[in-house]
Amino acid sequence: MSEMTLAKALNAGLRQSMERDSKVVLMGEDIGKLGGVFRITDGLQKDFGAHRVIDTPLAESGIMGTAIGMAYRGYRPVVEIQFDGFVYPAFDQIVSQVAKLHFRSLGRIKVPLTIRIPFGGGIGSPEHHSESPEAYFVHTAGLRVVAVSNPQDAYSMIQQAIACDDPVVFFEPKRRYHDRGEVDETVGLEGPGGLAMDAARVLTEGTDVTLVGYGPLAKTCLDAATAASDEGISVEAIDLRSLSPIDFGTIEASVRKTGRLVIAHEASQTAGLGAEIAASITERCFYFLEHAPVRVTGFDVPYPHSKLEFYHLPDLDRILDGVDRAMGRPNSLSGIEDGE
Amino acid sequence: MTAGHGGSPIQLLSPDGVRHPHERYDRFLADVDGRVEGADSAALLVSIYEDMVVARRIDAEGTALQRQGQLGLWPPFVGQEAAQIGSAHAIGPDDFIFPSYREIGVAYARGAELPDLVRQWRGNAHSGWDPFAMNMGPSQVVIGAQTLHAVGYAMGVLFDGAETAVVTYFGDGATSQGDVNESMVFAASFQAPVVFFCQNNQWAISEPVGVQAHVPIARRAPGFGISSVRVDGNDVLACLAATREALERARSGNGPSFIEAVTYRMGPHTTADDPTRYRDANELEDWKEKDPIARFEAYLASIGVVDDAVRARAAEKADSVAEAVREATIHMPDPEPESLFEHVYAGPQPVLERQRDHFERYRRGIEGGIGAGAATTAEGGR
Repeated sequence: MSEMTLAKALNAGLRQSMERDSKVVLMGEDIGKLGGVFRITDGLQKDFGAHRVIDTPLAESGIMGTAIGMAYRGYRPVVEIQFDGFVYPAFDQIVSQVAKLHFRSLGRIKVPLTIRIPFGGGIGSPEHHSESPEAYFVHTAGLRVVAVSNPQDAYSMIQQAIACDDPVVFFEPKRRYHDRGEVDETVGLEGPGGLAMDAARVLTEGTDVTLVGYGPLAKTCLDAATAASDEGISVEAIDLRSLSPIDFGTIEASVRKTGRLVIAHEASQTAGLGAEIAASITERCFYFLEHAPVRVTGFDVPYPHSKLEFYHLPDLDRILDGVDRAMGRPNSLSGIEDGE
Repeated sequence: MTAGHGGSPIQLLSPDGVRHPHERYDRFLADVDGRVEGADSAALLVSIYEDMVVARRIDAEGTALQRQGQLGLWPPFVGQEAAQIGSAHAIGPDDFIFPSYREIGVAYARGAELPDLVRQWRGNAHSGWDPFAMNMGPSQVVIGAQTLHAVGYAMGVLFDGAETAVVTYFGDGATSQGDVNESMVFAASFQAPVVFFCQNNQWAISEPVGVQAHVPIARRAPGFGISSVRVDGNDVLACLAATREALERARSGNGPSFIEAVTYRMGPHTTADDPTRYRDANELEDWKEKDPIARFEAYLASIGVVDDAVRARAAEKADSVAEAVREATIHMPDPEPESLFEHVYAGPQPVLERQRDHFERYRRGIEGGIGAGAATTAEGGR
């Protein structure tokens, strides 16, 4: 075991994958000598060469499209999108090409492509640098979508994503890049505790409310569980980890126990992941629910300028307020009918 | 400036079928010109001629099958046989092709199974042939997206140190797309062994090429550092020679090339299109005089390679291929309903499996009686 940041854990995981399989190549802007703007690929070009760590022209669709061609040729490309808000120029190549090639070719073409996207806010960036575009990709059949939240998962899940024969959109919580944690480097493809990347993890057990979060908010949800317990509420916090497919089994088992569900994410509310989880869990657990599922999310606004972003992002208090709503305790909507 | 890339396209066969010598390109036609010891130039020429005749017949059959309701759509390529067959005959079996949706002639020349030419147009799948069995990607509907795949594949070839080359086909409209321009940036930066083969058929549905480009399209590539040439796309020998030259450049480590084959789409964009709404009938008449097959046939007749027997044999082959296409289309079984859920992912996906399970239960329910009622209602109009 060694302590490292989430950023270093990703770097170590990439290195493991590149050593394991000579067909793994990294592609992206500034990922070579610079090591990426977040230094996730630091030192890899020096050790593996410019044909394994490829500095590309500044063209996101070009990066994605050529990575597909590399996959046709038998490579396993790992593409870095520099920031969440810059993935949109590559949107067609991702949703119309990457996601559909296996289906379109009747299973003949595999696209084992990993698309790394630093996502989420809270670091005081200018616009287009703090977005949470996961719902666009979750809505697209053919893609797997995961979000890591801690160094150990970052280390293992990046290796699992690269080894996966399906394309994986891999979200990295940029405001957690420098969070430190223990990483067992003997745990690679099998995941910590044998946990596959498409499984959710119960962070802390509880009996009153199920609280689901992912990526940057997994830690906030755990903090909320601790804070709630001081108020006598037993929260079961779940780190979703996989956004597509969603591990409904784990959430369902939890909600059958607690009868209440709160979902937190930074992305805007409308048609976000919270909506999908609320609807699916209501279908599956209707007779177990004591309260309608509650969403605590970013607002339906463009990602705001940094002086306002902390009002937009769900923080500990807003999540606790959501827990109070689910519990029927006094909350910000008290006196107003739910749903208004 | 590269010869033929700005003004009149390079032409080795004039519209009346006269072969003109060409200083730069004759060396790429030594075999078909009978200047290679042991090469059967007549057989080579006849195979090109037959492929063009058969391709045109497949196209006519596709259009007829669509009109008869057997195909949902068909993208005619009549008029583009020289560009497609000429280039296809230059491409080696190890080379990889990334086509658009209109390269049906290329796919035929490449050896596609005949049912695979119509499978997607009948709606049985989104593609036909096995890409790795014939080194040709599935047809691409998103305009220009495949050019990036071609460049990525070519980058892989480069990193592998292989001698394979890559050819990507696209139309004049595609040259306006970001992906095509980005693919040229990547190709030039990495010196990828790729050939950009643009069939400028003058029309992107209803938009004339002038809406896409203010100068000849071939002039765009040099701005990216890519050598380009403009050839007469109705001249099969010019298309063959230019593609061979570009492939030689790719294989010898000299990077990408761009070919603009100036041709004409004689039919509609697809069978859903009506070119009489936007196209002058005189234009079509003018281009008919430049017909690629008539031109090549006149040349072959003039050198004694084609006679009535060869014509009859080509026509017979075309008829039998068309018949086979028709039979394959009409007797193509519909895909099984449950196959809807296949190949979405390479591995299992539990949410999708749940939906498949639900669908199967629903289908079993229908067979148990609900379906009979629904059918009666539909048939009886009640």
